[in-house]
Amino acid sequence: MLTNLLSWIVFSPLAAGLAILFIPNSKAGWCKWVATVVNGFALVLGLILLFQFNPQAAGIQFLEDHSWIPQIGVHYTLGVDGISLPMVLLTLLLCFLACVGSFGIKEREKEYYFLYQLLTTGMLGTFTSLDLFLFYIFWEVVLVPMYFLIGIWGGPRKEYAAIKFFLYTLAGSLFMLLGILALYFHSEPHTFSMLELGKVAYPRVFGQLVFMAFFLGFAIKVPIFPFHTWLPDAHVEAPTPISVLLAGILLKMGTYGFLRISYPILPEASYWFRPAMGILAVVNIIYGGFVALAQKDFKKMIANSSVSHMGFILLGLAAFTTDGFNGAVLQMFSHGMITGGLFLLVGVLYDRAHLRDLDAFGGLGARMTVYSGILTYFSLASLGLPGLSGFVSEFLCLLGTFPTYKTLTFLSLIGIILAATYLLYMIQRVLLGALNPRWSQLPDINGREIFTLAPLMVLILVVGIYPKIILNYLTPALTTLLTQMGNLIP
Amino acid sequence: MDAVTSLPHFIPELILLGTAFAVLLLDLWIPQKKALAILGLLGIGASFAFVRYPSESLPLFFNFFVVDPFSFFFKIAALGIVALTLLGSLAYQPWNSEGKPEPLPYSGEYTVLFLFMAFGLILMGSSTNLLMIFLSIEFVSILSYLLTGFLKKNPRSKEAALKYLLFGSVSSGVMLYGMSILFGLTGQIDLALIRDGIAQNAPPQALVLTSLLFILVGLGFKISMAPFHMWAPDVYEGAPTPVTGFLTVGPKALGFAVILRVLGTGFPELQMEWSAVLSALSMLTMTIGNVIAISQTNIKRLLAYSSIAQAGYILMGLAVSNEIGIVGVLVYLIAYALTNLGAFLCVISVSNHFGTDEIDSYAGLGQRSPFLAFALTLFLLSLAGIPPLVGFIGKFFVFASAIQGRFFTLAIVAALNSAVAAFYYFKVVRQMYLVPAPTAEPLSHPVSLWIALIVTLAGIIILGLVPSPFITFVERALI
Repeated sequence: MLTNLLSWIVFSPLAAGLAILFIPNSKAGWCKWVATVVNGFALVLGLILLFQFNPQAAGIQFLEDHSWIPQIGVHYTLGVDGISLPMVLLTLLLCFLACVGSFGIKEREKEYYFLYQLLTTGMLGTFTSLDLFLFYIFWEVVLVPMYFLIGIWGGPRKEYAAIKFFLYTLAGSLFMLLGILALYFHSEPHTFSMLELGKVAYPRVFGQLVFMAFFLGFAIKVPIFPFHTWLPDAHVEAPTPISVLLAGILLKMGTYGFLRISYPILPEASYWFRPAMGILAVVNIIYGGFVALAQKDFKKMIANSSVSHMGFILLGLAAFTTDGFNGAVLQMFSHGMITGGLFLLVGVLYDRAHLRDLDAFGGLGARMTVYSGILTYFSLASLGLPGLSGFVSEFLCLLGTFPTYKTLTFLSLIGIILAATYLLYMIQRVLLGALNPRWSQLPDINGREIFTLAPLMVLILVVGIYPKIILNYLTPALTTLLTQMGNLIP
Repeated sequence: MDAVTSLPHFIPELILLGTAFAVLLLDLWIPQKKALAILGLLGIGASFAFVRYPSESLPLFFNFFVVDPFSFFFKIAALGIVALTLLGSLAYQPWNSEGKPEPLPYSGEYTVLFLFMAFGLILMGSSTNLLMIFLSIEFVSILSYLLTGFLKKNPRSKEAALKYLLFGSVSSGVMLYGMSILFGLTGQIDLALIRDGIAQNAPPQALVLTSLLFILVGLGFKISMAPFHMWAPDVYEGAPTPVTGFLTVGPKALGFAVILRVLGTGFPELQMEWSAVLSALSMLTMTIGNVIAISQTNIKRLLAYSSIAQAGYILMGLAVSNEIGIVGVLVYLIAYALTNLGAFLCVISVSNHFGTDEIDSYAGLGQRSPFLAFALTLFLLSLAGIPPLVGFIGKFFVFASAIQGRFFTLAIVAALNSAVAAFYYFKVVRQMYLVPAPTAEPLSHPVSLWIALIVTLAGIIILGLVPSPFITFVERALI
């Protein structure tokens, strides 16, 4: 098992999903247990991976490489390095927690958990594959279950949100496919291997065009302004656990794509695109912040705050310094935990009140004490309170960008102020003030829900106080990436 | 090779013809028509068992019937397509115009027509001269007209047959005219000799191109290439559903085989010219198909327009005609044939129950018949080119050929089209899973349908996950 550890991690959720299909309808209650146990098992495998991983070595570890379609040189290549390892662990953790968070789903459980498991495998595969063909397959495999998960179990406008998400992302990924093919035919001998393609030098204009093709695919996923319009719809309509995965992991697939494909393979074009990336980052940060500020719907506010926080990742990516890159990947990790937690908290409230209108609440701090504490904790983490993970990552992004883009860094600070504003304003409207008598009977958060949140809270604190536990893995990989890129950038 | 020495290499076709005549005769005495269909299937199976991969090109019957790797490939494809169609037809339950189920009329003859059809398709794939090309296409077309109008009490079926006949005759006429010009210019009917003739006599290029374009009209009609696609939606809607499924894949696949032969053997020197024409027509075909498909409410019409669009994607590979493009055409054809036949099997079983093909009747199918809905979803995803299903492999190859051949506009138009296509495929998926069922009563399906459904479903999954033996099979056809 240890020799094929990554394959085990990637495919055990899917195996559970297929097993779930064979559970008789009368025993549909078993589905959630099968899914949870197997995802827990995958998480344990992930921890084994973490301990076996050598953080000092910069290259790919746990490489699995088998020829798959020899006629066109497609390989089944999996591997992790310091960039993908945190993403794999984040995915495993959130998939496990959101699976526990899914226990509230009562209708069509069998279908739900099958699709959920397929989604999990798709995301894990995306973060571990090192062959562009394989990467593309996993990337697309994520789309289909997501369509159903939003479309069947979502809110009132679920159908619109589901198809919008699907078409948007599909359009982007088709351009990515064209980019993949262009790289493939440019390499000699033709290959899809990301590692091999990184060694090829590409003509300037060709590189820029291919970069743009990949950019379309990734930008829609991140989402980068102006491709973000699917996000509020999808996040708001999706059921809680799926919102968690959407915000926590799916968005990171876009920024991960930049770091895994665009930057190492097309360094020159990436460098050329750097100013645009910086500007788009600031637009994301400020625009997302203002839109979040204007929301009346709790979930929509969190969704738009994601746009803003993803902007910091882009800012870090535009920095081209170790600090900036470290900050970007750390922010990917930390935003995944924080926003995942916030979506879970919105879900907790919605399950009880069946309402997400911020103005309809008030004074819940008196009624749901534990809930209020947790919500405040996650909000503070999200607005960047020092000592919690969000602060470290956003600080590193800003620190990394400052030497190159001073104006952009200053402008990004507005985003932090905005984050404080909309989050504290939310707390004020939901938790403070006089208790609305309508909610005087609301029960507090229960044990299962706390179980889904507690690991995230601990991790946020640990990373916030001692970020080295993650940076130890990131720094060698990102420094190598920068050196490799530096050799190719004129 | 003369007729007698040819016969040992002609056994599969002889078996096919023998079975056809046997079924025709037995039909007079045997009242169980299903038994005849099964006999027909056995005949196809026997014929299949005798198909051998030829180590060299054999010109049978004085070069009027060629056995080569290319025809071997299409022989297998034709037999497979007809066999799956017959399996699907066994389960087919037509409804009359009063909205009552009634058995398929003349089901003995129906089987016979399909056996002849298999022979006709094989003939199309094995012809290398203009005369046989024309005859085989006419043979297949006439059988198609008959099968389209098979529900002779159903006005839609009759209308479809007549429309098909009229369109078909005109385009055949145009094609024949083109062939006659070509014969006049070169004095040859064999494609290879025509190529040499053009090279030696150097006739006016405008005339050669005109004749080629005229021939492409006839062939474009068969593959429902825009702007010769007008017949397709009405014919596909009116024909009995198994026939529709067959028409969207069988004549289309073999039409591509003939185009490949004509262009590849007869006109390689004019590639610049026909490549430009085909690339434009490819974009036109896929765009028309996809855009009009969006507004369809009848699943047969939706799949009809989708099949026009799919022809557009296949044309991509043909327009580029580099090595990967030709492989792509064959890969795509098989991928598409399996997928589309599978989708039509699902349509058959739904229409058996409701007597209608409106997409609304698919509401809640995911609850009423989970396996059927699951299968149809996978077929639609494969048509949309979502990995890891076989439709993606096909799409991958034609996209790859366009990128390698530097047909960037074509590639981008195709990419946008694929996104549009996903929209209407998901309209059906949405009905099945997102719209609640009017009743929870489950649907039941006959055994033959299950067999055909499982074969096609396994095909699209396995060929999608392990495509390399399949690609090798295709590459061997092109040696």
